[in-house]
Amino acid sequence: MASKTFSPKADNRLEVKTTFKDRLAFLARLLWRDKGGTIGLIMFFIVVFAAVFAPVITARDPLDQDLINSKMPPAWEEDGSWEQPFGTDSLGRDMFSRILYGARVSLTVGFFGVLIAATLGLVIGAIAGYFGGRVDSLIMGPINLILAMPYLLFVVFIAAILGRSLLNVILIFGITDSPIFARVARGEVLRIRESAYVESAISAGARSGRVIFDHIIPNLIGPLITLATFEMSAMIFYEAGLGFLGLSVPPDVPSWGNMLAEGRKYLVNDHWLTTFPGLAIMFTSMGMNLAGDWLRDVLDPRLRRSRK
Amino acid sequence: MLRYFVSKLLISVVLLLGVLTLAFFMLRMTGDPVALMMSRDASPEEMEAFRELMGFNRPVSVQFLDFLSKAAVGNFGNSLHYGMPALPLVMERLPATVQLAVIGLLMAILIGVPLGLTGGLNPGSPLDSLGRFWGLLGQSVPSFWLALLLILVFAVRLRWFPSFGADQAKSVVLPAFVLSLAVSSQILRMTRSTVLEVRGEDFVRTARSKGLNQATIYLKHILRNVAIPLVSVIGVQFGYMLGGSIYIETIFAWPGMGQLLSQAIGWRDFPLVQALAIFTSVVVLALNLATDLAYALLDPRIRYGK
Repeated sequence: MASKTFSPKADNRLEVKTTFKDRLAFLARLLWRDKGGTIGLIMFFIVVFAAVFAPVITARDPLDQDLINSKMPPAWEEDGSWEQPFGTDSLGRDMFSRILYGARVSLTVGFFGVLIAATLGLVIGAIAGYFGGRVDSLIMGPINLILAMPYLLFVVFIAAILGRSLLNVILIFGITDSPIFARVARGEVLRIRESAYVESAISAGARSGRVIFDHIIPNLIGPLITLATFEMSAMIFYEAGLGFLGLSVPPDVPSWGNMLAEGRKYLVNDHWLTTFPGLAIMFTSMGMNLAGDWLRDVLDPRLRRSRK
Repeated sequence: MLRYFVSKLLISVVLLLGVLTLAFFMLRMTGDPVALMMSRDASPEEMEAFRELMGFNRPVSVQFLDFLSKAAVGNFGNSLHYGMPALPLVMERLPATVQLAVIGLLMAILIGVPLGLTGGLNPGSPLDSLGRFWGLLGQSVPSFWLALLLILVFAVRLRWFPSFGADQAKSVVLPAFVLSLAVSSQILRMTRSTVLEVRGEDFVRTARSKGLNQATIYLKHILRNVAIPLVSVIGVQFGYMLGGSIYIETIFAWPGMGQLLSQAIGWRDFPLVQALAIFTSVVVLALNLATDLAYALLDPRIRYGK
């Protein structure tokens, strides 16, 4: 048994304590140097801000209909007014307000979808990677099956069967996306298990619990956060796509996908009904991709994304 | 080589069985597939008659075996909307989808590979910045929105291309371009990062130090190494295009499998949806197998590996 002074954990803790501030400063410096990452993070925070403070930013209800003022163009076009900067839709609902509230739907689906997918995937993948052998092949068989299937098609299939609701959408994405997290988690666990520091920890007498909580989990967090950023962006994308097909949240919910599906009918004469929701999706996705690229470079240069 | 092929083939068969199982149980996920397929105002008698007709009243295990044995001979049941076998209906749509995907893929390669190569060889150059911006656009522009924008600009305003259908040769341009954008971005990013990686390898330095000219180094050493991941990306992305053209085919009324899928969902024709899902998976699995083979042919390390 190793004596206390030689415990790798004690040394480790000491180091983390003294350098935590330095590490934060180091991250901030890295962020500032990567202009793409800075811009991406700012873009993402703008979307979060819009979602959280939607009722403060605009006094208009996204569901209030005003048929007399329907299909009003945006402010900078003829007949537009700054009262309703993005114009109104076919039922006279305020587009600016609908875009802001739409961010709530997108971020809710993205956040909870990724939370479920990452949790499920982490547990499944970590078990497969840690125990290896038969457990590994038993778990990874179905996982590889799901990863080999045409993803979008099956998501559409399931969504059509389950029907339109926010909870269904979150669950569909949370479950169907978990295999990706499982595969990454498994690969990382395998790699960490074979690494020299885990080997030395085990040879110094560390128990399984200590190896898992002190070495494996902290080293998993980086790659998983990076993956989560990309997957959240992908989910926001897919949610809008399902909405566009009429398979996401119920039609009365102001989501960007629903707005696009609705606006498509008036494409030729009233372009702003599709322009703004499309720009909103692009803005969010671009911000998250830029931030994700930066996170990947900073946290884990080896991680490669396998699927979009 | 043969052993490698046989093992890959066996894996594909197992995956196929898995797809069939998943597709079977997905249809029964809500408990009652009858309620799913019939309109809400169907009478209880009508529902019972339909249940009898479709065989949903039998035990699930019997239904499953029946489903598998019929699937083995290519029978995926009848489409409710057309009242005829689903599989021929699906296969009828395959050529249009493949045509769209092939042209889209060619566009993606023509855009992605040159931009990725120049970017990787001269990082930081203006062309590289353009390439990186293109890569970012491809990741963040939703295809269903881009399709609408292009229709508005190039079909409605400029009248250069038709806005829907497949009856003219130039009909394919807009949908294929939309389909290619995301894939071109993937190919571009992959090519760029591979070139960056390979450029610094020992064998490139050796080639340079023994006085080979630049063209030989690029062709023999760099391009060959780019080709290997490129083939696998192209294989995966082609499968993605076959299964992912649903928005594009719906918006441009392109008579392929994606359009049929969104129509079938609208009709609540779930046997047809199921047949589409299975058939597309089979095509994608076959494609993955072909990719693995191409991979082995290109890379001796895989051929002679374990």
